[in-house]
Amino acid sequence: MARKLSMRQAINEAMHQEMERDESVIVMGEDIMGGLGVDWLEGDAWGGTQGTTKGLGPRFGRDRVMDTPISESAFIGAAIGASTTGMRAIVELMYVDFLGVCFDQIFNQAAKFRYMFGGKAECPVVIRTQIGGGFSAAAQHSQCLYPIFTHIPGLKCVVPSNAYDAKGLLIEAIRDNSPVVFFEHKKLYDAEAEVPEESYTLPFGEAGILREGGDVTIVALARMAHMAMEAAEILAAEGIECEIVDPRTTSPMDEDTILESVENTGRLVVVDESYPRCSMGADISSLVAERAFDSLKAPIRKVAPPHTPVPFSPPLEAAYIPDAERIVDAVRAVARHGA
Amino acid sequence: MQLSRDALLEAYRSMKTIREFEERVAKEFATGDLPGFVHLYAGEEASAVGVCSHLVESDQIISTHRGHGHCIAKGCEVEPMMLELFGREGGLCGGKGGSMHVADLSKGMMGANAIVGGGPPLACGAAMTAKIKKTGGVAVSFTGDGGSNQGTTLESMNLASVMQLPVVFVFENNGFAESTAANWSVAGGSIVRRAEAFAMPGVQIDGTDFFAVHEAAGEAIERARKGGGPSLIEVALTRFYGHHQGDNQSYRTPDEVRNAREERCPLINFRRRVTEASLLDAAELDAIDAEILDQMDAATAAARAAPWPDVAEVLTDVYVTY
Ligand SMILES: Cc1ncc(C[n+]2csc(CCOP(=O)(O)OP(=O)(O)O)c2C)c(N)n1
Repeated sequence: MARKLSMRQAINEAMHQEMERDESVIVMGEDIMGGLGVDWLEGDAWGGTQGTTKGLGPRFGRDRVMDTPISESAFIGAAIGASTTGMRAIVELMYVDFLGVCFDQIFNQAAKFRYMFGGKAECPVVIRTQIGGGFSAAAQHSQCLYPIFTHIPGLKCVVPSNAYDAKGLLIEAIRDNSPVVFFEHKKLYDAEAEVPEESYTLPFGEAGILREGGDVTIVALARMAHMAMEAAEILAAEGIECEIVDPRTTSPMDEDTILESVENTGRLVVVDESYPRCSMGADISSLVAERAFDSLKAPIRKVAPPHTPVPFSPPLEAAYIPDAERIVDAVRAVARHGA
Repeated sequence: MQLSRDALLEAYRSMKTIREFEERVAKEFATGDLPGFVHLYAGEEASAVGVCSHLVESDQIISTHRGHGHCIAKGCEVEPMMLELFGREGGLCGGKGGSMHVADLSKGMMGANAIVGGGPPLACGAAMTAKIKKTGGVAVSFTGDGGSNQGTTLESMNLASVMQLPVVFVFENNGFAESTAANWSVAGGSIVRRAEAFAMPGVQIDGTDFFAVHEAAGEAIERARKGGGPSLIEVALTRFYGHHQGDNQSYRTPDEVRNAREERCPLINFRRRVTEASLLDAAELDAIDAEILDQMDAATAAARAAPWPDVAEVLTDVYVTY
């Protein structure tokens, strides 16, 4: 039987393999080894808050695996500077929510060098960060801010939904010569999938079709792809066949696969865990409205949280985050439309 | 500064309330019924109480992810806090914030804060309000050793100094930011030395000694009230629990943690000092202990019995008007 890895392990393995392969790859972040300044400690005390960087420090040494103080503007900026001058930095900042404190370095600096300098710069940095709710971590630890980064020309954005994709896309991200923001949904770290041992890449801008079906297209990312799969099972029992498209990267985005699917089904539901305004849901809906209008047999439906911060209390958070039931309702509504 | 009997009793009550609140939260969290993350303040009580005992309700404080102690020291009520941590209706923030966002603006508590370095600029703002309105009010920013390295923190110290804002920067140096030791992350090994760079008075004190904190904070707060501008206080202390509940603390030896509970305990220290000097007697402190335990039982029972918030609450409180 093929080997299974969790998304946490797949991400860890991708970094191990790329550091092995290319000496210019370095890793930085808070507590990515852990225990810095504790003399008697050997090895890595933490290996990152999620264990995704475990083992990298002992294997590759502290020159290439650097813990940092809580000075994000400085160390994310330094990762960007190093990546513009010959290194390939993978820099981790636990939660996407925290990127607010160092946003300038990402969206004014890294994202724009190449353009502003007339094509003369390359900044092969990868910024890894966690997204998503589901842990009652409240409003400053639960956001899905990938639309903000997708909005910025010059940044590539990766939002994997499973361990197999995560490994291939992370290796692709490390080898890519443009800045990439890599979003890891914290509810998916333990989700397992078959993952080949050898190194491989998955191209950006190529969506995955997680399930084929002719009645309704569902576009969903990260954890929402799993919710969509759950919904599709329920709907299949009712005779509604869903096609689930996982864009995998939001920038670049595989517009063709989405459009082809909608041209076939004539119905679209977009599921997005990010805020509903100026979101991927809104973006994909507008794409289809513009380019596949004549194929549509029903209005597009978006399933998203309300336009509010993420609440703490478990029943409030459960009501907030889209789930299979809400997807089922939306799909039924578009499937029934005009019938 | 000589403290009255009442002030001593009040200080003890406040520190002990913090301790027992945290011990109870640890216990409740272990049952799995307490949602989210909790970062406990046990071991650090003398800092919050030593500082806040100089403040009045209209003075403002701002805290960190490790905020329960600051809340209690600034007068937040324990039962609504416990309800908040359990995410229940009637919680101090209606169950919307949880442990990392407990706040009570009516008490001058501008919130725990889940962004490291989120607080210091806001404290400058509160100090600015006091200065513009000439209220004589003071703002206190509580930050950790890790947070002392955040850009916002350093910028705030500069801003406060050039604007001569009535703000006190309290750095609670418990030796670690998550698993990273302060002796590594803080360049030069000392936070207090940064005070000089920003042209403000700074002192470093032992945070297990309530009296030392109280005295240093008294001077800094008095100076701020009188228009003398910002100050920095570095308080050395030890956290008794991990960074958050669930942290295996592989970066500390078991002895280190065990010994701290005996040797670095602000409550044991306080008790010894006041009883040896015959300022208070052990029996009255014991009575306070018992009362507080009852209070924690009641708060926990109330939290467990309270209903969940109505899901319609998800949509409220985003804007004042919209
Ligand atoms: C901007 C930002 N970066 C990182 C984190 C993650 N984080 C939460 S607490 C913490 C350590 C804080 O250490 P310190 O300031 O010393 O406070 P302590 O936990 O010791 O009380 C870190 C890195 C965060 N919440 N916000």
